[in-house]
Amino acid sequence: MSIGSFLLRRLGSGALAILGVSILTFGFLHLVPGDPVDHLAGGDAPPGIRLKIEQCMGLDRPLAIQFVSFLGHVADGTLGRQCRNGDPAGPTVAARVREVMPNTLALAVWGMVVAIVLALPLGVLAAIRRGTWLDTLTTTVALSGISIPQMMFAPLLILWGFITLGWFPGPTEVGPRAIVLPALAIGTHLMAMLARMTRSSMVEVLGEDYVRTARAKGLAEGRVLALHALRNALLPVITVAGLQFGSLLSGAIIIENVFARPGLGSTLVDAIKERNYPVVQGAVLVIAAIYVVVNTFVDLAYGLADPRIRRA
Amino acid sequence: MKLSPSAWIGLAMLAAYVAVGILGPVIAPYDLGQPHVELAHQFERGSAAHWLGTDASGRDTLSQLLWGARSALELSVIVVAISSVIGLGIGTIAGWFGGATDEVVMRIVDVLMAFPGILLNIAIVATVAHPGVPLTIGALCANGWVGYARVARGQVLALRERDYVAAAVALGASHRRVMVRHLVPNLMGPAMVQMSFGLGSVIIIEASLSFLGIGPQLDYTWGAMLDQARNFLWNTEWVRIYAVVPGLAITWVVLGANLLGDGLRDRLDPRQRGKR
Repeated sequence: MSIGSFLLRRLGSGALAILGVSILTFGFLHLVPGDPVDHLAGGDAPPGIRLKIEQCMGLDRPLAIQFVSFLGHVADGTLGRQCRNGDPAGPTVAARVREVMPNTLALAVWGMVVAIVLALPLGVLAAIRRGTWLDTLTTTVALSGISIPQMMFAPLLILWGFITLGWFPGPTEVGPRAIVLPALAIGTHLMAMLARMTRSSMVEVLGEDYVRTARAKGLAEGRVLALHALRNALLPVITVAGLQFGSLLSGAIIIENVFARPGLGSTLVDAIKERNYPVVQGAVLVIAAIYVVVNTFVDLAYGLADPRIRRA
Repeated sequence: MKLSPSAWIGLAMLAAYVAVGILGPVIAPYDLGQPHVELAHQFERGSAAHWLGTDASGRDTLSQLLWGARSALELSVIVVAISSVIGLGIGTIAGWFGGATDEVVMRIVDVLMAFPGILLNIAIVATVAHPGVPLTIGALCANGWVGYARVARGQVLALRERDYVAAAVALGASHRRVMVRHLVPNLMGPAMVQMSFGLGSVIIIEASLSFLGIGPQLDYTWGAMLDQARNFLWNTEWVRIYAVVPGLAITWVVLGANLLGDGLRDRLDPRQRGKR
């Protein structure tokens, strides 16, 4: 199958899934008991404001029309209005997403950098020294990293790095150094997963015939490990890293919450809490789209890296 | 059953969790069933009266830990039970009948997978102002079944080619009989691996919801304790204990679940042994 038709098919089924998620969200929002205007305006808001918010969200129109108009806003790229004050010319949902996306992106990228820099050496080392204390130590560290909840780890990082030592800026602060603690919090968790993956994949590859062949023909051990083993072992690691990157882009809710960083995830959580229909609908669409696109690219990268998969 | 030492450790850790969860409120030194506030005793360090100290409202930390274990146990067992029964049922049916049934189920699975699960849980729990435990359970089951359905479907697709299944069909067994007598018993192994890992993720998600303040409004759940801890980070001496107590409790359960899950998987697929 050519890359073109593969892409077309994957993005097609992805678009269907996104549409499904949108319909589900829409139906869900309208099934929920309670008036969204109460949440957004407060119960004692003057009727004029209430009416404006209602009209801005399109709640005065039939459900089918509301959904079609949402699709229209997807097509024109605005994703609708935020409707916080009922202002029909107020800020768009797309503007809100654009505003928080750099934060989310920075956190995802730096978290991933921390994770990969730590995980690859650890995983490879554990695989080479399999069965030794080093292996046991790495495996234990990795398993603990997966099991320790971020709700404990991230606050303790703030306690250590900001309150006790004062080395790094605390929550709500901005600037390049403010990313350090959240990136560490995300990175160590991811590191644990990737290190496990790297180790198991490396152990498998080291048992392959082509590694024995490489050693038998007298190649230096470093060359065997780097060129013959690691290159092949990286495939499943790339997959997991890619999928994790996709979920980081959709918002690391806990970390964003602990460090008070506005991001895609926290935007959605806030919007759900205040029943801001247009923002929920728009954020859900963006998150689902990111998921589908990232997953497609991960599969594509997998095929490019391993010719056997492409041909299959 | 022959299990690796680490799997036995995991099983023992989970057994301890179950025991503490059942006995927790009984052996807890203080009754947390009634909300009470004793500001005179807030932020205490460990003492004979309060082994692990007290929280911002003067409640005993050890009692919160034990009561939290009960609430975590109830929720996690019920969610895993409901999700696995629904998921294994749907997956088995989809895999056995194939065709349109399979197509519809897999599209639903795609939709639920095209989205970070915890956001769906949050959306469901946030539908009412004061969510109770049943709603949280429902929210966690709403997408919790998907993993089990995928496992069951994958297994059934392989199992349906087996001779004993073909023999059962040739002997005139009904669909129902084939599924209940021949397919389900043979997919219980992978299902148990999934249940073990599932238990760990339910604990984490439930604690995350309480942490974000959108779970049941119980102030002694482990997630709520962690939420309280991060709100009093400036109280550095106190918070070192108060954050670590529920944090390690969650770690304990998740670690136990992961060790057992890894061990069970190795047992089912010896090729994987020692790799993870």
